[in-house]
Amino acid sequence: MGTTDIIAIERSFEKGLNFRKSLMALAASFMLASAVQAATPSTAEVNTTGLAVTDDTVTVGILHSITGTMAISEIGSVQAEKLAIDQINASGGVLGRQIDFVQEDGASDWPTFAEKARKLLRQDNVAAIFGAWTSASRKAILPVMEQYNGMLYYPTFYEGLEQSPNVVYTGQEATQQILASLDWAAETKGAKTFYLLGSDYIWPRTSNKIARKHIEDMMGLRVVGEDYYPLGHTQFNTAINKIKLKKPDVIFASVVGGSNVAFYKQMKAAGVDFTEEDPLLLTISVTEDEIRGIGGENVEGIYASMKYFQSLDNANNKEFVAAFKEAYGDDMVIGDVTQAAYLGPWLWKKAVEKAGSFDIDEIREEFAGIEFEKAPEGYVRIHENHHLWSKTRIGQAQLDGQYKVVFETEELMEPDPFPEGYQ
Amino acid sequence: MFDGYTSSELMSIFAMQGFAGLSLFSVFVLMALGLTIIFGQMGVINMAHGEFMILGAYTTYLTSGFFQSYLPGLFGGYFFVAIILAFLVCAALGALVEWLMIRHLYHRPLDTLLATWGLSLIMQQAYRSIFGAREVGVDLPDWMMGAFQVTDMVELPINGLFVMIIALAIAVGLYLLMYRSGYGKKVRAVVQNRPMAEAVGINSAGIDRATFALGCGIAGIAGAAFTMIGSTGPSSGQAYIVDTFLVVVFGGAQSVLGTIVSAFGISQAQSTMEFFLSGSMAKVLTLLVVVGILMIRPEGLMAVKVRR
Repeated sequence: MGTTDIIAIERSFEKGLNFRKSLMALAASFMLASAVQAATPSTAEVNTTGLAVTDDTVTVGILHSITGTMAISEIGSVQAEKLAIDQINASGGVLGRQIDFVQEDGASDWPTFAEKARKLLRQDNVAAIFGAWTSASRKAILPVMEQYNGMLYYPTFYEGLEQSPNVVYTGQEATQQILASLDWAAETKGAKTFYLLGSDYIWPRTSNKIARKHIEDMMGLRVVGEDYYPLGHTQFNTAINKIKLKKPDVIFASVVGGSNVAFYKQMKAAGVDFTEEDPLLLTISVTEDEIRGIGGENVEGIYASMKYFQSLDNANNKEFVAAFKEAYGDDMVIGDVTQAAYLGPWLWKKAVEKAGSFDIDEIREEFAGIEFEKAPEGYVRIHENHHLWSKTRIGQAQLDGQYKVVFETEELMEPDPFPEGYQ
Repeated sequence: MFDGYTSSELMSIFAMQGFAGLSLFSVFVLMALGLTIIFGQMGVINMAHGEFMILGAYTTYLTSGFFQSYLPGLFGGYFFVAIILAFLVCAALGALVEWLMIRHLYHRPLDTLLATWGLSLIMQQAYRSIFGAREVGVDLPDWMMGAFQVTDMVELPINGLFVMIIALAIAVGLYLLMYRSGYGKKVRAVVQNRPMAEAVGINSAGIDRATFALGCGIAGIAGAAFTMIGSTGPSSGQAYIVDTFLVVVFGGAQSVLGTIVSAFGISQAQSTMEFFLSGSMAKVLTLLVVVGILMIRPEGLMAVKVRR
């Protein structure tokens, strides 16, 4: 059963493979050129810890769910990571070596994630792992990464409160995503009262804790309600009635998964037109990917706070979107996490080249300050706490399922996984 | 929590809240009816019930796509076609599954449990391979969106009303079928005493297949209806299955009337508590009450009295 699915997914990647072939050809010509310029450093020099590095290849691992309930979210990340690897190979690889990858399926099951991470590190000796999506899967992998000293590049925006020497967090942590958007709602939209609504697990709860502290203590405004529903909950009529009774200026929503679809459809059915912004809905959990399942007509007018939207107007992003569609088809949409996953291989390449070595301990020393100017989101830099400096943006959902960017922070937001005063 | 509200505001909220409870009730009824008649008739617990519902949802999705491409003028009415198609597709697959799998496993309840669970995994993966892992958006005709404005404050969602009407129609139809038709008489005979029913010439294998198909078909209709309020993805069925079992077991697993009473009790309790507590706590309390009652009445609310 698993195999048929993998075959089907591989088939859908066929376009990508053709793309890869043409890139390979391009890469070969590049390599000829670079071989003339400088000899690649010897393997003994760049790999002292027995990683899977040869004179012309280096092997990395990709570890996401391509089967099971999380496949819906994680497939975009797999696609982005493969695209980045292809592009890096086409431009000459890393320290003169082409990247091979071993892909494992976490199957939406957290113990499986740990098992596969162990396999990638111990059996395949991969130089880096790009993977995990939910916090639960990351937490399952974490002890393995620390025990065998691997390095995980984790793409999802998440709740913070973590800083492992064996993880690089390429998505935003909670304060980056939340604080600027609340300030924006108060300053631009004159919001005074907030209603916090989320699915019942660690990420929404932590996010709302931060949001509540910020609203009440820093902004001096009011939270008029806070409500959680079990994951997979599909009946939001009561929640909607409570919101109607409280009449908040802003609904701050962190509902996830299938519940998202139910929530927005039922809001719409209850006569709420988000374009009227009464109340205004601000979410941290609906990317372009989710809108495909919810339907653009059901979310038109909501605001989302993310670091990346597919519609971002800059040269890097245009190139990225074009390459992504070229590889995987024109009907693809790219959400925040997909872009963050794309950053992983590039940041790893930069760190390796700065360190002049594939060794994990050497790379770790070099992370702080590494910049990626070609990031689709514009520009990112690694903070010494292994998170990224990035801008926060607010987009308004359009009927066609894309976001129109209406606000972006002037400065890069500092990642602060252990925010003082917010715990 | 009601400080500072006028009495008319409160009245409106209570009216809307009553409606929310009723629409939850009809959702529960739709989910559980198919499962109940299968369990009541054959003692088979169909773990793939949720996946049959999603098959109905995907059928609706395909029908909507077909109407958009080929019959855009009739798009407003496609939903009725979709419901009928969903019933037929699911019933056909149900009959096939019964013939290939279930009939070999009668009198082995634990094995049917495992087999139908396996079936649910196969169906989920099949959806993933055919429709992709991402959820699909089902377009609805405009008239089904939005709400009836009853007063300034009271707005009743049209899709909620629609689900209610479907649930009512199916419940009435099922009642007529079970208590006013020859088929229903045979079903009840088989439920009460299978060997005796066979002895008087009732083809119990045929009745089993028809009932399994009917249960799956009703699941398909439920799935079609839920495209209005929920998500359509390979694993969306899982979101419904727990509530469905809860309703069926609490109602007394073999009684259609018990299922309806239990759906009413659970939905009202849950929507009332959701209003005063957070959604998660409401669920916990509802489950606690159900467990408590089941400890006193292990057969469920309305067990059919059968001589064993």
